[in-house]
Amino acid sequence: MPATRDASAQTAPGPSAGAGESREMFYAEALNDALRVEMQRDERVIVLGEDIAEHGGAFQVTANLLAEFGPTRILQTPISEIGLVGTAVGAALTGMRPVAELMYIDFSGLAIDQIVNQAAQNRFMFGGQARVPLVVRTQGGSGRGNAAQHSKSLEAWFAHVAGLKVVMPSTPADAKGLLESAIRDDDPVMFIEHKLLYRTKGEVPTGEYLVPLGRADIKREGTDVTIVTWSREVLFSLEAAATLADEGISAEVLDLRSLVPLDKDALLSSVRRTRRCLVVHEAIKRGGYGGEIAALVAEEAFDDLDAPPRRLAGLETPIPYAQPLELGVVPQAADIVRAARELVRG
Amino acid sequence: MDKRTALNLYTVMRKIRRFEQRSTTLFGENKIWGTIHSYAGEEAIAAGVCEHLRDDDWITSTHRGHGHCIAKRADLGKMFAELLGRESGYCRGRGGSMHIADTSKGNLGANGIVGGGIPIATGAALTAKQLGTDQVAVSFFGDGAANQGTFHESLNIAAIWKLPVVYVCENNQYAESFPAKKAFAIEDIATRAAGYGMPGVRVDGRDVAKVYDAAGEAISRARAGGGPTLLVCESYRHEGHYYGDPRKYQTKEEIEGWKTTFDPLIDARAWIVREKLGTEAELDAIDRGIDDAIEQSVAWAEAGPPASPLTPEEIYASH
Repeated sequence: MPATRDASAQTAPGPSAGAGESREMFYAEALNDALRVEMQRDERVIVLGEDIAEHGGAFQVTANLLAEFGPTRILQTPISEIGLVGTAVGAALTGMRPVAELMYIDFSGLAIDQIVNQAAQNRFMFGGQARVPLVVRTQGGSGRGNAAQHSKSLEAWFAHVAGLKVVMPSTPADAKGLLESAIRDDDPVMFIEHKLLYRTKGEVPTGEYLVPLGRADIKREGTDVTIVTWSREVLFSLEAAATLADEGISAEVLDLRSLVPLDKDALLSSVRRTRRCLVVHEAIKRGGYGGEIAALVAEEAFDDLDAPPRRLAGLETPIPYAQPLELGVVPQAADIVRAARELVRG
Repeated sequence: MDKRTALNLYTVMRKIRRFEQRSTTLFGENKIWGTIHSYAGEEAIAAGVCEHLRDDDWITSTHRGHGHCIAKRADLGKMFAELLGRESGYCRGRGGSMHIADTSKGNLGANGIVGGGIPIATGAALTAKQLGTDQVAVSFFGDGAANQGTFHESLNIAAIWKLPVVYVCENNQYAESFPAKKAFAIEDIATRAAGYGMPGVRVDGRDVAKVYDAAGEAISRARAGGGPTLLVCESYRHEGHYYGDPRKYQTKEEIEGWKTTFDPLIDARAWIVREKLGTEAELDAIDRGIDDAIEQSVAWAEAGPPASPLTPEEIYASH
């Protein structure tokens, strides 16, 4: 077994960029690179999931890993969501560092007992006797005509459970750095990708690269309003911020990256600076994680605000199929521009 | 069977029975919070199976988990302390009866979710295979769990990957209040094994020697790389589903009839004496030793400190 580092992502010194080299990668490729780097580094890292072997995964995140690591580490499973996640939980409890792939977050309902009642709670229930270093990789989101059972944004379900961490990267570099950190983390992590980010491109450090869990990232600096967001809505928010700049509104885009643990300091310090907070997410507004952010900002930074915190989020509907309908139910860049303008201009 | 093994089996069974009886008393004295599920009547299964296991072999257990825990050589004092909600308990008072785990002995925990431990044992067996060790995993579960989806998915995964795991189905005839004869259209749950391509064995769960032999074969096969087995042990639960269960789904005659005709402890005693593996006097001495140990354990547990306040480190290992 190769040497492994015990230090968790949290205690590791900030983002490290291997030898300082980088290259342009697709988001899916960056995730693939993270898996490869971590599997080379630590034999305890194994991957379990459906269609992950020869097929390379429904979104090609595990492409070519079978050839490099073989069928004992790239463990293709039958279509058995609770079986594969539960097997990964048992492996994690006994010393492996499994990465379980749930093809769509919509399928997590089939596996949820093992995630929520087992993985998330074992450490606590056993009085600290256990660690569950498990990553459940999955993807959600709409915009690809996959309709109601393959398009949901369910991060709030998991963020509600004590014992789970929830990570949602928006860029290829974050995807790689956060996945490597999640694999090295000693707690169960729901690692939620977005199906329409897989083919986005960006510069990604080569070699080992760690982005700590629980640290937000200012993707664009601004002074008039903080747009707090994550996953694909970061891209829409950046597009909106560029449009807003033309109108003389300076929007800061704060990408939370991790919902749990939450970078409260970054959130509050940004909001206190800009004095306005707009939370944007694709998930349905009712019961969404944006409510948590808005409430936190109101509770802790009320006196520093010039306006009440505001939420812009998905409509209360299953995701419809027809393209014009589908585009209409989750916030687009133009919606963010409108909401930010209203918040700033009143 | 040698004398030492036979007396070990009896000792474990007797410990379990006395632990359950003493827990019931503590519950009646309002010293135990929540709920407890008695394993009385099923002792031969945990004892017969775990006798073959090493400390580095794994088990997953159930809501009715005290017996498995004791058979996997847990400390009785720490078990009582957990039931009493003490810091000195196995889970520092965080888990209670339904979540006792002892990872130092390979016990990956009781489980409040019926069928919840089946895939976890499967994953532990995967670890053994990945690391190339000869460890095995045993999943204990009831007839109720055999109708959960985790049973199906896990047995299939273990079979296709030839994992070193033994699935021990304890058919105590009731899934909470639902009788097995109504919950299954088959008479022998072990026949399901054929559907997964693994051996299925049905054994009299009241006969500790038979359980010991059948489990020994299954565990040796798993250890030697021969893959999983489904071992179904026919049994009967002496008490209700939980302490205080009014048992409206059973008749008095049934309960009393079973209790008097189905007692693995009485059978074990008779068998040991008959086979000259031990004398009545030796068995009585074991009983007295256990009674003393139980009382000492309860006293130790009751003297333990209350559960300490919660801290973030116990929810997240790295935070």
